[in-house]
Amino acid sequence: MSLPDLVLYDEEFRKIKESLNRLASDANANVVFLVDKNGQQIAAVGDLQSLDTTSLASLTAGNVAATDGLARLIGEKEFSILFHEGERDNIHISIVAQRVILVVIFDERTSLGLVRLRVRRAMAELEKIFEEIAGKAEKEKQALQADFDSPFAEITDEDIDRLFSE
Amino acid sequence: MTFINYAAREINCKIVYYGPGLCGKTTNLQYVYDRTNPAAKGKLISLATETDRTLFFDFLPLDLGTVKGFKTRFHLYTVPGQVFYDASRKLILKGVDGVVFVADSQEARLEANVESIRNLDKNLKEQGYDIATVPYVLQFNKRDLPTALPADEMYRRLNIKREPTFEAVATTGAGVFDTLKAVARQVLMDLKKR
Repeated sequence: MSLPDLVLYDEEFRKIKESLNRLASDANANVVFLVDKNGQQIAAVGDLQSLDTTSLASLTAGNVAATDGLARLIGEKEFSILFHEGERDNIHISIVAQRVILVVIFDERTSLGLVRLRVRRAMAELEKIFEEIAGKAEKEKQALQADFDSPFAEITDEDIDRLFSE
Repeated sequence: MTFINYAAREINCKIVYYGPGLCGKTTNLQYVYDRTNPAAKGKLISLATETDRTLFFDFLPLDLGTVKGFKTRFHLYTVPGQVFYDASRKLILKGVDGVVFVADSQEARLEANVESIRNLDKNLKEQGYDIATVPYVLQFNKRDLPTALPADEMYRRLNIKREPTFEAVATTGAGVFDTLKAVARQVLMDLKKR
């Protein structure tokens, strides 16, 4: 496989959550979440009860992928910010470290200007965290190439059969 | 790209259903959706045209249970099969962990199947994958049609690396879960190797 797995450990996960929480409260946003470019949700904070975050993650990634395709067609590398304005709620999407997508959902209790300002600060924080993650993954790869302690090393056929037993 | 979240003890894998237009990729997903316990599935999202042709993708998140203490979530995607949606197909293959190729058994669609496999090979390469090593399962769909080719003839023309092959009738569900299980098995076994 060409791409390395994204592996997230507790420490970074906590840092990401902290950063997202800060962004949500500073920008007065309803929901803030982070998705990787393949549509996997990494973390989400805010008023998530009424929200189907899995679908949201997948559609956001599809949206960003399609927009990336458009960008390349006209000779741009990417459109780093997307903004969708609704009657009540709005979605602000930005790309962090070229690999993850930061999504902020907000309503009239705040403004696009404030959201953009706070997003910029959060992006700097998140970029640093993802650099750490990439560095850690790289180190681990080198150090443990031979015997990486994967929890999946012991998967058996029975484990897989059990998944489909219902 | 499998995403392993040690913090939430979750593992996410992406499976893509590929194949020529109208071969039954969406029908496969629809059947899985209909037959899965509501607690284990999310919404089935279809980005389709007004005539129900897939425009961008269908998406179905599935929680299969735990393996070694990790919650396994499979994200099932379909691509739009029609030839001119190639740009969209490439996007959906990004980060794929396993591919199901759904072949249309009708004699008249044999060339379309061959062409679509060629297209899959090319698009996988562009994303840095090799069809020879990526977890891959073949399904012969629409076995119930009178115009269906004999399975062994299809096998000769379409099977490329002795991948597990299943006969199916996606509208009634025959073979649908066998196919999914086979690709899930390969994806999880693939994790073990790395």
